[in-house]
Amino acid sequence: MSEHTVRSPLPGVFYRRPAPDQPPFVEEGGTVSADQTIGLVEIMKQYQEVKAGADGSLSAFVVEDQAVLGAGDPVATVEVG
Amino acid sequence: MRTLLVANRGEIAVRILRAARELGLRTVAVCSEADVDALHVRMADEHRVIGPPSATRSYLDEGAVLAAAAESGADAVHPGYGFLSERASFAQRVVDAGLAFVGPSPEAIRLMGDKVLARQTAAEAGVPTVPGSDGPVPDVHAALAVAERTGYPVAIKAAAGGGGRGIRMVESAEVLREALPRVQGEAQSAFGNAEVYLERYVPAARHVEVQVFGDGERFVHLGERECSLQRRRQKVVEEAGAPDLPAEVRERMTRSAVALAAEVGYHGAGTVEFLYDPQRTEFYFIEMNTRIQVEHPVTELITRRDLVREQLTVAAGEPLSFTQEEIRPEGHALEFRLTAEDPDLGFFPSPGTLTRLNLPAGPFVRVDSGLVQGGEVPPFYDSLLAKVVVWGDTRETALARGRRALDEVEVEGVATTAPFLRRLADHPGFVAGQYHTTSLEEWMTDGSEDGLVRRSA
Repeated sequence: MSEHTVRSPLPGVFYRRPAPDQPPFVEEGGTVSADQTIGLVEIMKQYQEVKAGADGSLSAFVVEDQAVLGAGDPVATVEVG
Repeated sequence: MRTLLVANRGEIAVRILRAARELGLRTVAVCSEADVDALHVRMADEHRVIGPPSATRSYLDEGAVLAAAAESGADAVHPGYGFLSERASFAQRVVDAGLAFVGPSPEAIRLMGDKVLARQTAAEAGVPTVPGSDGPVPDVHAALAVAERTGYPVAIKAAAGGGGRGIRMVESAEVLREALPRVQGEAQSAFGNAEVYLERYVPAARHVEVQVFGDGERFVHLGERECSLQRRRQKVVEEAGAPDLPAEVRERMTRSAVALAAEVGYHGAGTVEFLYDPQRTEFYFIEMNTRIQVEHPVTELITRRDLVREQLTVAAGEPLSFTQEEIRPEGHALEFRLTAEDPDLGFFPSPGTLTRLNLPAGPFVRVDSGLVQGGEVPPFYDSLLAKVVVWGDTRETALARGRRALDEVEVEGVATTAPFLRRLADHPGFVAGQYHTTSLEEWMTDGSEDGLVRRSA
């Protein structure tokens, strides 16, 4: 079994929810598909989706909701398969 | 008023600090951890760090801003634009803490912030609103009766829609008859609410707004601004005055704006936005913004009045420093919004370090910016780098000066919209002053010689 590290494509603020009053895109341990959105990165008031990038289960987020990210920073780990 | 806290960042914080310093006030800046080296922080007498970079945890944190005001001994708070500027709850907390809020009353913010109440208030003040059904239409029969009154084309809008979603434009009674039940069905499945209302559809609409000012007793206007050049509903270029606006329309529009300000006993600077129908030469109320606006400098240049200074003196309890008769707009002003976005990459945001920053200067050119060479453009806030504002005795002179000023922009370290703005300044539609709210996006997909599609040399 291999692990896939999801990285932020951009610098900005990471959000696990589509809006403050809505549930997270995905919970830790949840099943994800490669093109599934697992969070958003806000850069200069524009929002970019972060995709899982691999089919499997999202084992853990390595950053907190609303964490500040640099481009290429790890966001989450997906157990592939 | 002795000590002013500026609850904002970037160019508007700098703009407010300048006015405050000219009035001899002690100034307090607030900043997030990402902005500790920013120009507005350096310009203020003192500063307070109010939280981490994310705006929701700093500039949008009411409690943190209020705590900074209390600790620093501020007796007034200027919210700028954006962030907390139109939050009635924040204005109320500032007032409850015994400080002056530089803006209208919390009640006025609340009233104008509610779409339905604002429209009702406008109608009561005799301000024209878009002709339509004033609520949901139950069936085709009722819809046809409404359309008889508004004329065609008419827009069917889902009550639960918004932001351009759930709108269908129909050209005739035959099409309306057939489209109404279908739009109701679509609204039900898309929004879980089948209610639709009807509004006159205005083709080639323009966005024209009026700057108003009040001291609670007297209410005046400072002319209009044309703000139709927009990309994704964001203004790109603004003008004062509006090109080709008939004098009679200007007269009615400014009178309407003042009537609305008077209706709510307005205090401070405000902007009444109108949708202008150039074919019918009619205008309709859109909304009132209860704050200073980004594009206020074009009004300052043609009226020679310092609007931010006036906000401060009025908030300190002084009457308006001028009468309506003393406002005599002269010449023409243009504002170009220079942003850190890459026009070659679909205007993708471009944060970074400004390794080079040379902004325009020279006669009748004003540049408002919160940045200096070597400074950071953080990824956390909006992308405005600078406002390049020019004045000329005619629109033609102002435009020539605008081109010259844009040619002087030199930025390295981030991508900017300067090349795009410069091409726009040569566009025949812009040069002629013939444009409406969808023109810019049309020009951007126009591949002909005149278009703004990027052509590689």
